[in-house]
Amino acid sequence: MTRLKAGGPAIAKQGILVAFIVFMIAFSLMSDRFLSLDNFMSVFRQAAIIGVMALGVTIVVIGGNLDLSVGSMLSFATVLVVDLHDKIGPELAIPVMVLATLCLGAINGFLIGILRLNSLIVTLGMLSAIQGLVLIYSGGQNVDIADQSGTWFAIFGRGAMFGIATPIIIFGTMALVFHIIMTTMPFGRKVYAVGGNPTASVFSGIPRSRVVFTTYLISALCVAVAAMILGSRVMGSQNNVGQGYELQVLAAVILGGTSLLGGAGSILKTVLGVLMLAFIQNGLILMGQPYYTQWLVTWVVIIVAVWLDVAAKRGRLFSPIA
Amino acid sequence: MSNPTDFNPVRWLMRNPIWGFVLIVFIFFSLVSDHFFDYRNFQNILVQTSTIGLIALGMTLVMINGNIDLSVGAILALAAAFAVDVQSWAMFATWGNWQILPAVCLALLVGIVLGALNGFIVWKTGVDAFIVTLGAMLGIRGLVFVYTGEQSFYAMNFAYSDFSALSVGPLPVLAIIFLLCTLAVHWVLSRTAHGRNTYAVGGNREAAVNAGIRVGPHMMVNFMIIGFLAALSGVLLSTQMGAATPNLGRDYELWVITAVVLGGTKLTGGKGDIIGTFGGVLAIGILRNGMNLMQVPAFYVYVILGSILIAVLFLDKRFNRTADGGLRL
Repeated sequence: MTRLKAGGPAIAKQGILVAFIVFMIAFSLMSDRFLSLDNFMSVFRQAAIIGVMALGVTIVVIGGNLDLSVGSMLSFATVLVVDLHDKIGPELAIPVMVLATLCLGAINGFLIGILRLNSLIVTLGMLSAIQGLVLIYSGGQNVDIADQSGTWFAIFGRGAMFGIATPIIIFGTMALVFHIIMTTMPFGRKVYAVGGNPTASVFSGIPRSRVVFTTYLISALCVAVAAMILGSRVMGSQNNVGQGYELQVLAAVILGGTSLLGGAGSILKTVLGVLMLAFIQNGLILMGQPYYTQWLVTWVVIIVAVWLDVAAKRGRLFSPIA
Repeated sequence: MSNPTDFNPVRWLMRNPIWGFVLIVFIFFSLVSDHFFDYRNFQNILVQTSTIGLIALGMTLVMINGNIDLSVGAILALAAAFAVDVQSWAMFATWGNWQILPAVCLALLVGIVLGALNGFIVWKTGVDAFIVTLGAMLGIRGLVFVYTGEQSFYAMNFAYSDFSALSVGPLPVLAIIFLLCTLAVHWVLSRTAHGRNTYAVGGNREAAVNAGIRVGPHMMVNFMIIGFLAALSGVLLSTQMGAATPNLGRDYELWVITAVVLGGTKLTGGKGDIIGTFGGVLAIGILRNGMNLMQVPAFYVYVILGSILIAVLFLDKRFNRTADGGLRL
């Protein structure tokens, strides 16, 4: 193994980092408002909700499964916490919402972890079922908080500490904690093992069912936190507010290089994927492009990023499929 | 093994449980609703399901291949936008009702090209179809918004929106198109070399390669078929509305996958058929229609469909466990 040979794929494996830097430089050159602390802070703040959800989904995906239900789960949690806020007060609304969301996560975890059903279909079914639950609960109405200026619930989405917006602090802290869990703690190693080779992990005495179950609880917990940020920022909620989030979250996770096959991925790279999507959105808008151009760019970026990743692993650019 | 003359309906239902379900909901709604068992309503169900049904036909091929296509909703929206917009282009102004023809052709072509693009990327890059079409779903939807300027297009030529109200004999045109496409795709899948290859590629890709099947182009053809069907579905949907909105077809990929999985097609590939998919589509259609007639809020349909999807998966796992042959740990 010469250094050259090892060097090639090594750079290709950091494709997301390279792409990120290229985009940052390009946007800085093309817009004079891009490269500023204020702008960066607003990008981070906007990215926080998708970011927090992406952390949980990353762990689920590393464990070898998918979670498509996070979008309607976000609708569920946001509607619930906003609606209960005026009925039982925020100090009760938050724990009730977190518990209810964890229950949904536990259902996912039971069906996928314990019963071993296909995660794509189960969470697809849950996506539909939870959306229905939200609509039944809210009667199809949107909900909002009456006293928007007088409630301490505002701190999650609108507050700031040391000049940094709370959503950024929450996202940053959670990313750091999850990174430590996934890289240094036994649970993290177990998730990688279960996702990488389920059979081998069982033979090494890892409780596969329990690990998968826990990953879905974590994902649900992340959704609950995201719902707190979202509900507090908007001080109200449409009953389908999370619609489509699942795929944007997944896009960020994939962009971060987490393999859908499981067993590989990293929290920090997911953060990079989330920020990359957010910066693409922000940069294109600052350049005066229509809002939806970002999705076109995302299309290209996702495919190229994953392609380079796959190509680096197999050692050739094009697929060997005839 | 089985002789076509001694057709055993019980055994047939065991192999196609979704049709048992269709039968049950059909009888149920016939009994509890005064308006359900009515010829007009059956026409309605066929027309209502044709949108999702057409795409589900293509999705069956793609999923038997072991792939998936999440971009169908976006392709549907783009095709609908083209179909409605192009007929009002100045260069076709003097064409009268014929201006619809280039519009529809272009819309269908857009679907085929986007499908080909998806297939080509899957073939050449070796990136999982889930990721490729997830990207395409976002990108094409972005294209729809950029193209339409986030506005709805309205069909100025009333012949276009009248089309969906046409009937040939007892059947609405839209239902006929859906049924013909169902027959055509069923024929392709069960009687042609392409259909055989579809199962072979999904069942065991390595063996398919060794058998001389060109897997890449084969998968690309299936992506083109689903692209075409999604575009056709978009065109037909826009004739029903006389308009195309940029949000058209959102979440349709999820409904379509639900229908196909209900019909017994395996996500892992190699298994499934059009008879099952047609049953899955009808099950969803009858359920939505029947609950609507009983004035159950649409919300409950989501919960029921989601639960049924998971229940089907669970039952399938319980009853087909031995077929897996896998290690149960």
